[in-house]
Formats: sequence, C-alpha cells, structure tokens
Amino acid sequence: MPLSYTIAVIAIPLIMFLFLGLSGVKMGKKTTGIIGVIAMLITTILAYGVALTYFFGSSEGQIVDGVRKAVTVFNPDWLTFSDTLVVRMGIMLDPIAAMMLIVITTVSLMVHLYSLGYMCDHHGNAEKGFQRYYAFLALFTFSMLGLVVATNLFQIFIFFEMVGVSSYLLIGFYYTTPAANHANKKAFIVTRLADLFFLIGILILSFYTQTFDFFSNNVNGIIGMLDDPQASLAQAGTTTFMGCSAMAWALTFIFIGGAGKSAMYPLHIWLPDAMEGPTPVSALIHAATMVVAGVFLVARLFPMYVLVQGTMDIICVVGAFTAFYAAAIACVQSDIKRALAFSTISQIAFMMTSLAVSSADGQLIEIHGGYGLGFMASMFHLFTHAMFKALLFLCAGAIIHAVHSNENDKMHGLHKYMPITSIAFLIGCLAIAGIPPFAGFWSKDEILVAAYEKGIGWGIWMTMVAGMTAFYMFRIYFLIFHWKKHEVHTEHEPADQPWTMTLPLIILAAISIVAGFVPAAKLVTWDGTPLHTQLNWTIAGTSVLIACIGIGLAYKMYYKENDLPERMANSCRGLWTAAYKRFYMDELYQFITHKVIFQGICKPIAKFDRAIIDGFFNMLAEVTNRTSFGIRKMQSGSIQGYVYFYLIGVLLLAVITMACVLL
Amino acid sequence: MDYSQFLMMPQEIGLLIVFLLVFIYDTFMPARAQRFLPIFTTILFAIYTAFSFIPCQMGELFGGMMETNPATWVMKCILNIGVFIVFLQAIKWTNEDFVSVRRGEFYELILLTLFGMFLMISSRHFLLFVIGLETASLPIAALTAFEKRHYESHEAAAKYIFTAIFSSAIFMLGISFVYGMSGSLYFNDIANALSLISSKSILLFVAVAFVIAGVGFKLSLVPFHQWTADVYQGAPTAVTSYLSVISKGAAAFAFLIILVQVFGSAYHQVWEWMLYAIIILTITIGNLFAIRQHNLKRFLAFSSISQAGYIMLGVIAASTVGMASMIYYILVYIFSNLAAFGVIAAIERQTGKVTMDDYNGLFKTNPWMAFTMMLAMFSLGGIPPFAGFFSKFFIFVGAASTGSVAIYVLVFIALVNTIISLYYYLLVVKAMFIRQDECAIPYIDSHWTEELGMTISVMGIIAVGIASNVYTFMSQISDSVIHIFHLI
Repeated sequence: MPLSYTIAVIAIPLIMFLFLGLSGVKMGKKTTGIIGVIAMLITTILAYGVALTYFFGSSEGQIVDGVRKAVTVFNPDWLTFSDTLVVRMGIMLDPIAAMMLIVITTVSLMVHLYSLGYMCDHHGNAEKGFQRYYAFLALFTFSMLGLVVATNLFQIFIFFEMVGVSSYLLIGFYYTTPAANHANKKAFIVTRLADLFFLIGILILSFYTQTFDFFSNNVNGIIGMLDDPQASLAQAGTTTFMGCSAMAWALTFIFIGGAGKSAMYPLHIWLPDAMEGPTPVSALIHAATMVVAGVFLVARLFPMYVLVQGTMDIICVVGAFTAFYAAAIACVQSDIKRALAFSTISQIAFMMTSLAVSSADGQLIEIHGGYGLGFMASMFHLFTHAMFKALLFLCAGAIIHAVHSNENDKMHGLHKYMPITSIAFLIGCLAIAGIPPFAGFWSKDEILVAAYEKGIGWGIWMTMVAGMTAFYMFRIYFLIFHWKKHEVHTEHEPADQPWTMTLPLIILAAISIVAGFVPAAKLVTWDGTPLHTQLNWTIAGTSVLIACIGIGLAYKMYYKENDLPERMANSCRGLWTAAYKRFYMDELYQFITHKVIFQGICKPIAKFDRAIIDGFFNMLAEVTNRTSFGIRKMQSGSIQGYVYFYLIGVLLLAVITMACVLL
Repeated sequence: MDYSQFLMMPQEIGLLIVFLLVFIYDTFMPARAQRFLPIFTTILFAIYTAFSFIPCQMGELFGGMMETNPATWVMKCILNIGVFIVFLQAIKWTNEDFVSVRRGEFYELILLTLFGMFLMISSRHFLLFVIGLETASLPIAALTAFEKRHYESHEAAAKYIFTAIFSSAIFMLGISFVYGMSGSLYFNDIANALSLISSKSILLFVAVAFVIAGVGFKLSLVPFHQWTADVYQGAPTAVTSYLSVISKGAAAFAFLIILVQVFGSAYHQVWEWMLYAIIILTITIGNLFAIRQHNLKRFLAFSSISQAGYIMLGVIAASTVGMASMIYYILVYIFSNLAAFGVIAAIERQTGKVTMDDYNGLFKTNPWMAFTMMLAMFSLGGIPPFAGFFSKFFIFVGAASTGSVAIYVLVFIALVNTIISLYYYLLVVKAMFIRQDECAIPYIDSHWTEELGMTISVMGIIAVGIASNVYTFMSQISDSVIHIFHLI
C-alpha cells in the first residue's frame, strides 16, 4: 500500500467529525454510532496497511544502507514568515509514527465499537448526546493521528492543542454534572499551562535553527542539523543563559509541555479527575493515546535530548519519582477508575524514565549497538501498555456499567456473574504485572535492563516499583472479583455485557497476550538501525520474582475477606491517609492558586484593570457621547450653512498651516 | 497622431465600448427587450471586468497628459469589481415600476462617471484631471435625483449639485494660482517649477488648500463633508453604495497622486500639516456623528466619512508602503461597504425600512442577511480575522513607518477612534442579534442577483483577509511605480 494513503488515515476521522457533528442530529443515534464504527474500521485497515508497508516494505527509499529512514510523504508550505522560517503541514512516517498509527487506530476502533454498548442504558436506548460523543471521538482520533505524523514542531504543537481540546470536550461530556465541569476545566488549564512552556521551547529552538522541521529535503531540519557541525544549532549549544545552554532550556521547556500531557509529577493532578468522562474515553485518551503524547514528544526529539545530559537527568529523576509516587497512591485508592489512572501515571513514568536512562554513554554502545535500548524499550512499553491498559479500562467500564458505581465496596465477588470480564481483567493484570509470556513482561524487562545499565540504583528502584505495580493491580482484581460474595443492590444482577462491549475485551486480551512477541527491537529504534537484544535472565528473573511476591501479598490480603488490610492501614494510619488523599497535592494546588495567586496577584491586577483601564474607556465613552451631543447642530441641513462651513474650513486650513510652517 | 498609444489604455477603451453598447441597446431595442437591459449590462460589464484584469502595455499617452502604470491598472480593476457588485445589487431595483422607464440612464450615467474616475486616476495634466473630475461629479446629481417620486431625492440632488459646483470653483481657483506660479498644467512641470521657487509664498498655501478642498469634497473629508449625509440618505441605495465606495476610492487614489507628484517637493511639509488636521477632524467628527444616527444610510454616510479619514493615513505616509496599504484598504472597504449596502438595499426594496430599530431581531427571520451585515460591520470595525482588521493594520503600519512623533500621535488618535467606531458598528449587530422584536422584518425573498452580490462581498471580506499574498501583491505594484514618489 503506498505510504501516501496516510492522508486518508487522517482525513477520514476529520470528515467523520464534520459529518457526524453537523448532520448527526438529523440521523438516528444508533445510525451515527454504526457509521462512526465503520469509518474507523476503514481508517484502521488503512493505517495497518501503511504501517506494515513502512515496516516491511523496501520501496520508496525507506531503507538506506540497512537503516530504516524517516519518509516524508508530503510537506507543503502553510505559512511563510521569511525565506527560511516556514511553517509546513505534512506527513512524515518513521518507526515511532508508524507504530503510533497502529496503537491509535486499534484502541480507537475498540473504543468506537465498545461505546455502542456502553453509551446505552440497560434497555438498549442510546444516551443523550450520542451523536456528539461520536463526533468528538472522531475529532480526537484525527488530532492524535495528526500529531504523530507531524513533520515539524509547529504542527505538533497545533495538534497537541487539538488533542487537549477534544480531551476537554470528552471529559466534560456529561456537562450537566458539576464534577465533570470541574474536571475538564482542570485538565485543560493544567495542560495549557504546560503547553505554554512547550511553546516557549519551540520558539527558542526555532530561533536558533531557523526552522520548525524535523527533517527536510532542501534545508536541514532540526534533527537533520545534528549531523552538520557548522549548523546554527551548534550556536544554541554554546549560547548560555543562567548557566545552561539555550538548547538545554529549550529542551527542558519542551519536556515540561510533554510532562503536562503525560501527567508527570507535579503536573499529574488533572488525570485522576479526568476519569469523570465516560469510561471508554478514559480508555482511549487517558490511558492509551493522549497521555503518551508527552513521551512521544520526547521520543520525537530524542536525537537532541541525548546530547543534553542535564535535561535527561531531570527527566530521569522526574520519571522515576512519578513512577513510585503514583504507584504508592494506587495501592490505597478505593475508586477503581482512579486506581487505574494512577497506575497509568506510574506506567507512563516508566516510559519517560526509560527514554531518559538511554542517554548513558560509554561502553553501552559496544554492548547494545547504540544507546537506543531505553528508547526502544520505552516505545515498546508504550505499545504494549496502550493495549493492556485500554483492556483494563474497558473491563472497568463493563463492571461500572453492570453495578452503577466506581467504588470497590459496591463490587466484590463479581467473578461468578461476569466471567468473561473477569478473565479479561486478569489477563490485563498479568500483563501489567510483567508475568511472562504476557505483553508487559517483555517491554518492562527491556526498561529494567536499560535502567540497570544507567546505574544499579535506578534498576533497583524501578524493579521495586514494578513489584508495587503487581501488588496494586492484583489488589484491585481481588477486591472486584473475589473478597466476598456479591450483594446485589440494583434491580438486576450484574452480568457480562452485550457483544459490542465484550468483543473489544476479547480482542484486546488476545493482543495483550501476544503483543510481547512483536520484534520491536528490530523495528522501533531511534535511528532505524535494528538492535540485537536478548533476554537478560538475571534481571528478568528478579523482576518476575518481585512481581510474584507482589501478587502473593495481594492474594493474602485481598482474596478472601479478612481484617488484614484494615490492621495494616491502622498500623500506619498517617501514611495511609496521606496516600489516600493523594499526598494532599490537590490541596497544595488549591492553596497556591486561590490563596497566593488569586488573592495576592490577581486581585490587585483586577483593581488596576477596573480603575485605570476601564476608567479610561469609560471616560472615552463619556467624552465621546457629550461631544457628539454638543456638535449635533453643526449638521444644519441648510445648504448655505454647508457652503459657509466649507469656505471657512478652507481658509482656516490655509491660515493655520501657514502659521505653523512659517512661524 | 500615433494611434498605437490607445493600446495603452485598454481599460478606458473597453469601458467606452461597454457604454456605447448599452447606449445602443437602450436606444434602438424594442420596448419588450428593455426588461433585459440590466442583466445585459451586468453581463457585459462582467465580461469587461474579467478582460480588464489582463495586463497590457503601459506608459505615457497624449504627450504626457495621461499615464497608465501598474498602480492605475490595479486601481481600475478594483473599481471595476466594485461597480460589478453595485450592478448586481441594482438589477432588481432598476426593474421596479417607478424606475424602469429610466433604467438605461442609470447604467449609462454610472458607466460615464466611472470613465471620469478612470481619467482622474490616470491623468498627469490638470486639464484632463478637471475633465475627469467633472465627468465623475455632475452625472452623480442626476443619479441622486433618480427616485423622482421622493422628495428627499430631489433635495439631495440640489444640495449635491450646489456644493459640487462650489467646490469645483474653489478647485479651479487653486489650479489657476498654481498655473500662475509655475506656468504649466503638467504635473511634472509644475513640480519642477515649484521646486525652484525658494520662498514659501502665501499664494501657494492658499493654492494647496484649495486643491485639497476640491478633491476633499469628493472624498467627503471634514470640513467639506456636509453634503454627504443628506445625499446618502436621499439618493437611491444603489447610487449611495456607488458614491460611498467607488467614487471615494477613485478620488483617494487621485488625491495621493496629486499631492505626491505635484506638491511633493518642498511643499510636502505644507500639505502634510493640512492633511494632518483634516484626518483628525474627519475621523473624529465622522465617528461622533455616526453614533447618533438611526437611519442606516445616514449612519453609513458618517461611517464612510470616518473611513475616508483612515484612507488618508495612506496618503500622509507618502511612500510606496502607504500607497500599497491605501489600495488594499480601498479594496477591503469596497467589499465591506457593499456587503452592508447590499443588505440595506434588499431590505429597503421590499419593506422600505431603513432605520436601526427596524433591524431588531433580524437574525431570527433572515439569518443569512444578518450574518452578512454582521461580517460587514466586523470588517468595517476592524475585528480580526476579517479583512478590515488587516487593512487597518497595514494602513497604520504604513503611516507609522514614516517615523515622526506627530504621525505616532495621529495613529494613536486613529486607534482611539477605532474603539469608538466599534461601538456603533456593534450597535447594528446588537440590534440584529440580541434585541428581540415582535414585528421584526419578515423573511425577505431576495433576488438571486442580490444574493450573488452579497456572496461576492462576503467572500471578499473573508478571503482578502486570509490570503496574505493580496497585500504582498499590492506592495509589489506600489514598488513598481516608485517614480511617482521621487520628490518626497
């Protein structure tokens, strides 16, 4: 399949957004949904075709000297600022873009299908706003696809904002509930704040490089420039500001933008609240695709990040801390979606850390043929995580749909009632816990290898977090499906959901089992050179062992109803409460924004605005009005008056000018 | 005589041919074919407009009395587009009972005045200029009096003809002074002769003031503006829209040429100060009166006075940048004002309503008309991303690029006036969209020609703003006529 078909992959969701958004209300609700699913199916097939052609084809100049190069399918000029500074809009395919095409379309298709069942009540009637929902899903898919195939930073930024907007719209889908309104505002503001830094980073970078493009045919793009020591980018490396090079500043700012979308500490606070949206949306946006946009961004600029050790260290520390921090909170949450949200934060932090540790230089290059192991592991984990986390969320959605609650204590003992969901959830848990041969094992093992090679401390830390992951996931699993007998508290017994919801679970579960065998090391590397990896049995064995300990602990504490969790919680009540309250981060933000910023800064500015700025315009209006009233007699309507006015005007003009010029 | 020089003025020749064809049709065609005169004229004019875009050989004609260059070419093309839209909007009106007997005259007079304006734009000799000016002025009085059954129409025409004659007299007097001092009527010769006069004679100040007054009358600059409101209100709407955009655009361009080419040398400073005062007065007084108007045609009259002040900012810049921004401004202004007049004309034709209160709740009954009007108001007010924002922006940049403190003050005053103007432009929008009315204007079934005219205007408002290369093109055109500015 020609790579130029990528344009169709992107165009179909956009057309669907316009079509469903504009004419959806005129059609039946179910019809819109079915049209959406069919369009998404076509998109998915095309995306697979394009991605597989890219990975396994050899025409169109993808492979040069055994290295898989990025292919710019097309890249027309959009805005021309100067001869060199041009914003283009185009499509570029490279290993990570092709991989993301597969991830996005797969999960999106599953979610489209699943929503057909989920967005209906128990009598099969579609909810209010069904058409709007499908239109927004299409908008999101379009924005995300546009982001990954972007040829330049500016395009990435535009689509970065667009995924933010569609995420905002979907979180607030139930716009009549206050919680959803608060959540979407919070998500939008926090990510926008981060995007401000991203924009500054882009501007710094483009100031030095005079281009936004990553690669370009005629002039060097940002990344292409790295090979050329004479390039203006070198100047960015040497110009310093406050002790750091301009390039380091730019890259750090860009990372902050990515950290906002990818919910790195301390910008993670929006993600748990974003769970107010419909659960399929959480699966698509807040687990599988949009939240990894930050990781994708760092990966996209990875050839630059490896040059700046300082920035990589920051990312490394932030990532490792976030992984642990979110895992700790996930251990005590009682709301199933929030627990999964924190699990997502933790897993994304794994990917970030993995990217950051891969800058370690030296002998690594000889061992692994390049410092791209962490990069490869990160992208591989991104791929597998998207699949099993989407699976977990969709399972959670099925459970919530059955029992009408997000809370653990309304569930318990569901295994008997919902066997398919139970097994699918179990597969998801095994995958995320890193038990072979499930998908998570393979990708997490590569991450741990990369971390150990950065330093033994990083390795032990990440292994520990991996153990916690196993613990909290199985805690959730046991609490939902076992613990004690289910008490039916709704008018009907919980049961497996209709086929539209079950089929995606089965497909994703199947993918979660086999995805680990995808030869990612051969395909998804930072410079296109295949890596030769082999399983490091010491590290893999250790991590499996730790994971098993975590699972065992969870089994002991949560499989059958007992008072062990309660006693454990009581023994360190303070820590437990702190973790349950998410270490008071939201309260801290409340304090800073309301007490410090609103009271201390905004209020005086508001006063100035009212008194001085508004005052000026009010005065202008008042003066205008009065003068206008005063001179209304000038327009007398009599022609003699007009001519007098004319003549006096001419003469005054001559006299006054004469006075001005001559005197 | 060398007839080949006629090839350098194909736009004028083409216009004359159109005029003659229309005249022949009007005179010799049978009565039942007269019904198709408007559509015949419009199609003929459309063909001519399309052909007028073809660049041709340009240069001096008639021994230097006339000059065609890229700038005059582009200016005439813009005017052609405007007249085409005016014709589209007038078709239905000229077929109405009271007008239909004289519809041929409407088209012939408009074509004739357009020819006069072409002469004004291209002339490099005061004699030719005056011929152009008068050709473009006098028939307007007849056009203004077109609605014979309306008392206001007559009054407006009387006021117009008297002030026009008076201002022509003043203008001629000014020219005779200039001739007395320089001994020539050729623009270039006058400029050369004046640059040799070292002392700044009082006579010259008076002469410059008189010339400015003469052309300022056509542009309705304050204090030569007072006919405007009465004439705009009294004249038929098709004529008003023609007067407010086409006539104004042509005069503004001619004004720039005269000031820069004739008085460009030592007297730049003189007219700069005069223009400075005139601009401030024009913008401010236009705004102040516009605030109080309830009749929309009167309202647009004062709005167009204030817009003329903005156009003059391009003249005071006296540079290629100023010229480019001025041409661009006129183009945008033509689209915006014609969109507004298109709506007003369509509504007036069917209901006879023209006051702002009549437009209450228009959005509910006629959403597309309200939308068109809103875009026109936004564009006139300079709200991004519509073309009016960019035209204001460029004209401010053009003026400010001269870099003197006085001009900065002028631009600031103009900016403050923009805020004031927003108020009254938005009043119209408020009436249409926010105010409710039980007896709002019912749904208007406008003719397809009117709709086409409005559509072209709206497309212009949107497209000219977005396509940044329009302005780039204008500046290339202006750079190619840099010889006009050699005296500055």
